[in-house]
Amino acid sequence: MHEMSIAVAVVAQVEEAAASAGAAAVTEVRLRVGELAGVVPDALAFCFELACADTLLAGAALAAEPVPGRARCGACTAEWPTGMPPLLVCPDCDRAGDVALLAGRELEIAGARFEDPPGQDPAPTREPIVEEH
Amino acid sequence: MCRVVDLQQAVLAKNTSAAQTLRTALAARGTAVVNLLSSPGSGKTALLERELGLARERGVPVAALTADLATENDATRLARSGVPVKQVLTDGLCHLEAHMLGRHLDGWLPDGTRLLFVENVGNLVCPASYDLGESLRIVLASVTEGEDKPLKYPTAFGLAHLVVVTKTDIAGAAAFDEAAFRANVRQVNPGVEVLLTSARTGEGVGALLDRAVAVAEGAPVHVPVMAGRQPAHAHGHGGHEHGHTGGAAGADTGRPRSATAPTR
Ligand SMILES: Nc1nc2c(ncn2[C@@H]2O[C@H](COP(=O)(O)OP(=O)(O)OP(=O)(O)O)[C@@H](O)[C@H]2O)c(=O)[nH]1
Ligand SMILES: [Mg+2]
Ligand SMILES: [Zn+2]
Repeated sequence: MHEMSIAVAVVAQVEEAAASAGAAAVTEVRLRVGELAGVVPDALAFCFELACADTLLAGAALAAEPVPGRARCGACTAEWPTGMPPLLVCPDCDRAGDVALLAGRELEIAGARFEDPPGQDPAPTREPIVEEH
Repeated sequence: MCRVVDLQQAVLAKNTSAAQTLRTALAARGTAVVNLLSSPGSGKTALLERELGLARERGVPVAALTADLATENDATRLARSGVPVKQVLTDGLCHLEAHMLGRHLDGWLPDGTRLLFVENVGNLVCPASYDLGESLRIVLASVTEGEDKPLKYPTAFGLAHLVVVTKTDIAGAAAFDEAAFRANVRQVNPGVEVLLTSARTGEGVGALLDRAVAVAEGAPVHVPVMAGRQPAHAHGHGGHEHGHTGGAAGADTGRPRSATAPTR
């Protein structure tokens, strides 16, 4: 059950970003989880809730966007969904010498929703902000 | 007031960079790490006992570190070979991480060690996600576990530099279908070498040590498709699929050796 280690890493990274942005809380975390990332989404969701306790992320929602596996054969240019278990030999020409995995191993924090301290102007941080609500 | 922020961070970035740092630091000392992954009871310790004994006979400086949830039994068994051995108890953690390994090597790993074998916690799921700074990742399965293991644990087998079948001395009794096993390995990790071994008879013990020593001497390792060969890097590797004996095929020499880094 390394989902606990992964959840702890997610919480630590998001909390660090939230603290340095002057946020009071984090209400949502968005992840991208590849089909071949070796992570069980349900287990991750369960661990995430536990890992959030007593942090800026307490009670935060987790939105995990699944990323399907895709591969491409350089020999014949075929492209296919890998499926699970993945097929990493070309289904068209049966060669495997030049197969590339295009997507499916992602395990990334895409973004988060931060709550600012009440009655204060938003902290004057610039870079990671994409939209304001 | 709330705001949506864009973060775009790899979750395992910390482990990946710790692993890279460790790999570089060990390379500077002339040491290559061999990471051994399998289900509980596949025969990691038994095979390792043979490898350590043979390495000692051949005069190859080796050491071994074994990680378990509990008990020092494996270290006791490995120490009989007479090479430096260390037991790490993970306190319930189901896998080793790069910073933990680094911490355990501090002040212990003898200078001049050529190969450090790391027996990971018996588990085919979790350890697969953690690069330990190894130069060679070996995934083992015994003949009694069923030919479909590679399909049930595609992350582990898909990221292996070398696949090892253990306990071939009982392959007949277990009705092990080698062709089916190889076909399943090929589906998730085309081009990876499959080596047959038995700790009982000694089959494959020398070949496995040869592979590890070659990697320590800088021979290129197999690059699994799952480890994310970028299309931009393709430089004429059409059909070298069968040339990977011991990772000696030259097609991937231009790639960094950290073949287990996750794709981004
Ligand atoms: N017949 C036969 N049995 C073996 C062989 N290698 C290991 N075994 C047996 O398989 C069992 C497990 O072997 P270990 O070496 O302890 O397996 P392991 O993978 O280190 O196990 P954990 O560390 O608990 O995950 C023991 O009873 C061994 O005697 C082999 O080559 N042939
Ligand atoms: Mg063992
Ligand atoms: Zn093709």
